[in-house]
Amino acid sequence: MSAVVSNVRPPLVTGNKTYHDITEDICSPTEKLPGIGWVFCLLASLGLLGFGTVAVFCTVWYGIGTWHLNRTVGWGWDITNFVWWVGIGHAGTLISAILLLFRQKWRTGVNRAAEAMTIFAVICAAFFPGIHMGRPWMAFFVFPYPNTRGPLWVNFNSPLLWDVFAISTYFTVSLLFWYTGLVPDFATIRDRATGFRRKVYNFLSFGWTGSAKHWQRWESLSLILAGLATPLVLSVHTIVSFDFATSVIPGWHTTIFPPYFVAGAIFSGFAMVQTLMIITRKILGLEDYITVEHVESMNKVIVLTGSIVGVAYLTELFVAWYSGYIYEQYAFYNRALGPYWWAYAAMMTCNVITPQFFWFRSMRRSIAVTFVLSIIVNIGMWFERFVIIATTLANDFIPSSWSYYTPSWVEAGIYIFTFGLFGTLYLIFIRVAPVVAIAEIKSILKSSGDQYVGPQIADKTGQNNVAGHHDDHHEHELAVVPGTSIVAKEAKNDINTIEKAIEDFKDELGDYNNEDNPEDDKK
Amino acid sequence: MRVLNKKVLFGLYNDEEILKSAILEINGENAEIMEVYTPFPVHGLDPYLGFNESRLHIAGFLYGMMGTTLAFGFMSWVFTANWPIIFGGKPYFSVPSFIPITFEFTVLMAAVGMVITFYLICGLGPGVENPYLDPRITDDKFCIAFDVTNSSREEVAALSGLLQRTSAEEVHTKNI
Repeated sequence: MSAVVSNVRPPLVTGNKTYHDITEDICSPTEKLPGIGWVFCLLASLGLLGFGTVAVFCTVWYGIGTWHLNRTVGWGWDITNFVWWVGIGHAGTLISAILLLFRQKWRTGVNRAAEAMTIFAVICAAFFPGIHMGRPWMAFFVFPYPNTRGPLWVNFNSPLLWDVFAISTYFTVSLLFWYTGLVPDFATIRDRATGFRRKVYNFLSFGWTGSAKHWQRWESLSLILAGLATPLVLSVHTIVSFDFATSVIPGWHTTIFPPYFVAGAIFSGFAMVQTLMIITRKILGLEDYITVEHVESMNKVIVLTGSIVGVAYLTELFVAWYSGYIYEQYAFYNRALGPYWWAYAAMMTCNVITPQFFWFRSMRRSIAVTFVLSIIVNIGMWFERFVIIATTLANDFIPSSWSYYTPSWVEAGIYIFTFGLFGTLYLIFIRVAPVVAIAEIKSILKSSGDQYVGPQIADKTGQNNVAGHHDDHHEHELAVVPGTSIVAKEAKNDINTIEKAIEDFKDELGDYNNEDNPEDDKK
Repeated sequence: MRVLNKKVLFGLYNDEEILKSAILEINGENAEIMEVYTPFPVHGLDPYLGFNESRLHIAGFLYGMMGTTLAFGFMSWVFTANWPIIFGGKPYFSVPSFIPITFEFTVLMAAVGMVITFYLICGLGPGVENPYLDPRITDDKFCIAFDVTNSSREEVAALSGLLQRTSAEEVHTKNI
């Protein structure tokens, strides 16, 4: 018995898996020809990518004039999409780092794919400030490098430069964390492969052997990277919010922005993980590893962060009113009831109202409801950024320069480009790499497999063994399952003992009686 | 593939609990284990195998401090000595606005440095091809290996018997 866990805790790995079954199930999608669903998704992604490439080409060739940005609205869809993608990129590292520190076992089912999603989302996000520069081939100007233009450096006081450091650090650390986790799993695929595939996976697996000392260092590294990534993930969206909060624009210059942005980022990130996971588990047949328990856990995070975001919206409104500052008051009046009221209404509905369905257990555990609501959350979070950025800028300090902003097809096309890019990268990833962390799932099997834990195990007594157990794991039956049941029995006995002890103690104390215990003389 | 010129006797076990009790028993017999291979990190092995706590975190701290010093020192030098310029009325040496980049760079240096150190001390990296004992070690087998390059036939037989006694499923020798 490797770990004593509650027998009533729901299992996270179902289907009575052995270690070998886990290897088979997770490696096999990378070893056989892709299914029709995958091919269809890839063609759709490539279609979006192709259309988007035309839009990107137009922007680079003709310039930013092909967009509908104007004198007041200098940031439109581009920065909206940037913040949206960065936000989505927060769930992966949150799942792999913060939940590792909190020892949440359900993270093992989803962390690999969520981290991949993070990396691809950050790539998409970083694309927008680049293309917004107008001359993207000059993008290296944002890095402080020794140059021949005299002593000339970037402005280290600028939040936009902080963003450069935050996003590039976040990307690098997420990539390292993700790849270090992948190395042992690539070794598993390598040892099943032959010929050219074996060569490729040997290169990818860095010559991993599975030595106990390597595993010890690997775990130590994962833990410290998680410790580093935890403040990092919180800092990244904080710094993104500084892009707005350190400005002097009414509606942006608020101290609530950092926590509000971070909560929103986690909210939208988890929604995107849900959308992707529900499709992935279906396409790859991973229902035994990404279970309803995983979906429910993530929905709990969504309802929590969604409610934080809702409170932040209301706080903003209150502070705008309470500040007595008419420009701030107008900014919020304009958001809610101005020409862009529909965007504000969409934001409020999708982010604050609909996620509240997740207070109901049946809704949290419904795959269909989760899928629909996760897409609604993503739409809502896009509108949040649009409301903050475009509607605030459209009506600035001078009414004569007020404008209404609608994007051109080129701007919309660049957004579509990132969808195509994201989809293509993700689809390639699920074909070549194990989508679920094989080694980590194996390490939680004894404490979370459905042959070891779960209500049905807790009900059983010592003699009742789990049916359909594999012969080559005979030891499990003898060594572990009866042990689990004994723990269950002991637990029941314990409760009886404790109840009896409480009764005895009560008898010993006797009943409280006013006549026997007169009031103290307090004088 | 790297060649170690070693003859290795190894036993394959089916479960990590059996592996742990086997290691305990082998330790009791004072046989020197060369290496233990597992398909996933098995907790609780370190004391049995006499491993000290990994010192990677110390390296990580040092890399992080390096990052802090480098980032903060560089920005201070640029804005006070090399390129002093006033932005929005802030002083040249405006410490609070240096903090975000200092923090990010600290994390970056610590993470990159630690990962590189990890691969270096483990002897892993792109293109490295280590000899392997059994392909199922990365799947579902737990392996205890002895170096028997210079052992006599009797010693090998004794170790082999020890592996079998501790319920190894299979016992093999291999030259790597």
